[in-house]
Amino acid sequence: MIELNHVTKIYPGAAQPAVDSVSLTVPEGEICVFIGPSGCGKTTLMRLINRLIPLTSGSISVNGQDIMSLDPIELRRHIGYAIQQVGLFPHMSVRDNIATVPKLLGWTKAKIDERVNELLGLVNLDAREFRDRYPRQLSGGQAQRIGVARAMAANPPIMLMDEPFGAIDPINREVLQDEFLRIQEKMKKTIIFVTHDINEAIKMGQRIALLNEGRLVQAGPPDTLLKRPANEFAKSFVGADRVLKRLNLLRVKDAMILNPVHCLDEDPSAKVLEQMINNDLAFLIVADRDLRLRGYVNQYDLRGHKGVVADVVRKLTLTVSPERNLKEALSQMLSYDLGILVAVDKEGRIQGMLNSTTLSALVGSTYDERGGHWGRITAAGRIL
Amino acid sequence: MTTYDFIVRNWSELMHLAWQHTVFVSIALAIAIATGVPLGVYLTFNRRLADTVLYLAGIMMTVPSVALFGLMIPILSVFGHGIGTVPAVIALVLYSQLPILRSTYAAIRSVDPAIIEAGLGNGMTRTQVLFKVQIPMSLGVIFAGVRVAVVMSIGIGAIAAYIGAGGLGQFIFNGITQTYDAMINAGAVAVSVMAILADFFFGRLERRLVSKGLRRD
Repeated sequence: MIELNHVTKIYPGAAQPAVDSVSLTVPEGEICVFIGPSGCGKTTLMRLINRLIPLTSGSISVNGQDIMSLDPIELRRHIGYAIQQVGLFPHMSVRDNIATVPKLLGWTKAKIDERVNELLGLVNLDAREFRDRYPRQLSGGQAQRIGVARAMAANPPIMLMDEPFGAIDPINREVLQDEFLRIQEKMKKTIIFVTHDINEAIKMGQRIALLNEGRLVQAGPPDTLLKRPANEFAKSFVGADRVLKRLNLLRVKDAMILNPVHCLDEDPSAKVLEQMINNDLAFLIVADRDLRLRGYVNQYDLRGHKGVVADVVRKLTLTVSPERNLKEALSQMLSYDLGILVAVDKEGRIQGMLNSTTLSALVGSTYDERGGHWGRITAAGRIL
Repeated sequence: MTTYDFIVRNWSELMHLAWQHTVFVSIALAIAIATGVPLGVYLTFNRRLADTVLYLAGIMMTVPSVALFGLMIPILSVFGHGIGTVPAVIALVLYSQLPILRSTYAAIRSVDPAIIEAGLGNGMTRTQVLFKVQIPMSLGVIFAGVRVAVVMSIGIGAIAAYIGAGGLGQFIFNGITQTYDAMINAGAVAVSVMAILADFFFGRLERRLVSKGLRRD
């Protein structure tokens, strides 16, 4: 856990504080993203935590201990540190770079070698191929991975990362972010992650601290920042497309109508058509008795048909898992004529349904309402 | 008599002078490296002093070498060492100081601040950053300065014969006064060969000492 209490940093001769009375708590095992425009104090704030720069006033405690009561060198050896420029030592092999902190801590050679191999595996690099390489023989992405491995070498409970994926092309950045989140899933470290990229912040952070001109503007989960930006600055910083960004954070199951209106394949066509006309439904989902999705029918299909719905049902191939993120689901939905998307589980049973109205209801202002009378899709259950 | 014949006939004399030359140049270089490298490193921590010292060392280089050897005589005769090896060594130290000092200073300063920050951020002390990161990273450039100083000192060392320090300059000066071409050539060739050999030796040493990670091939 990291606790910042009225942390202030004024550089000598500066008129404005670089960091102005910031108070914030980062719970154990969480990633907290510091974000803001350049010069907002996010990097300064991070460097105050491992005492690379001295505090002017306020206090910082790390796992309950005031950092000023600790030896700065000792403190830094127990806080992982990774930066955008990576800063690998060019005269040392990958192995020796990763071993930086373990060597300072006096680990045995055998223990270091074992740890280096383990870390290379963790960051998806083949140990035999890479351990004896020098930094100049690495690509940008590989160097960043080694930088992260070096920061984690002595298994510090806390890590500070200053735009660790900043200097990498967007495709590789995605890959590294995903890898890092996968590692964090297991490691559960307390991490401060500095970035100026709002998309990265939303993706990486359980908590985002938005800074501007040295002051903390807003701190909270990404969803809160997008849903309720604290002021005009926060609103403009998260961007005009903040609603779309939120879709990335949400899953289909958060937005879908449960128990959507449908009929069974064994229902007589004539009766179903009558109900559809009464309810002004242009088309209708068809399920079997176990609620497995069979397809859909429209009024035209049923008109004058004497049998059961099963005979005229049309296939509905485009379905989605309730676990899917909403942005991808929306993209699928827009590529499909009906403007609906049915969420099914692995066995093909209907879990719910999405359409554009449910989406805008979710991400828009009427967030709390669900299952009302918008459009033609209702949570009415079986139509007969 | 051809230069070749001269060399063959005066082989032992040549070896003797070459040995003298080697001795005072080696002593001078040892002192220059032992003072220049630490001073260059220290100057990176004291920028204001750095400007002054590098300026003075620069001025030293502008003094014509013959004049510098001559200037040593009145100063050192106070201590009874007006001529011979001592003034020769001192003059060579002053001369070779600049390339060593400047390359050391520039190399240490040119280490990327991000790398220093990475060292400090990972819990190295300032001294550890200096000895484990900055100096090893700078070795290649420092070596370049040392090699310049070595080649230069061997060449300028020939002038030391003027103030009685002996060395291969002896052949050159005697040859000039006697208008004895073969003698001049023998001295000049010997100085060149010595400089080439020394540079080769330091080149090998550089390859051994400088990390493979810093090579640009």
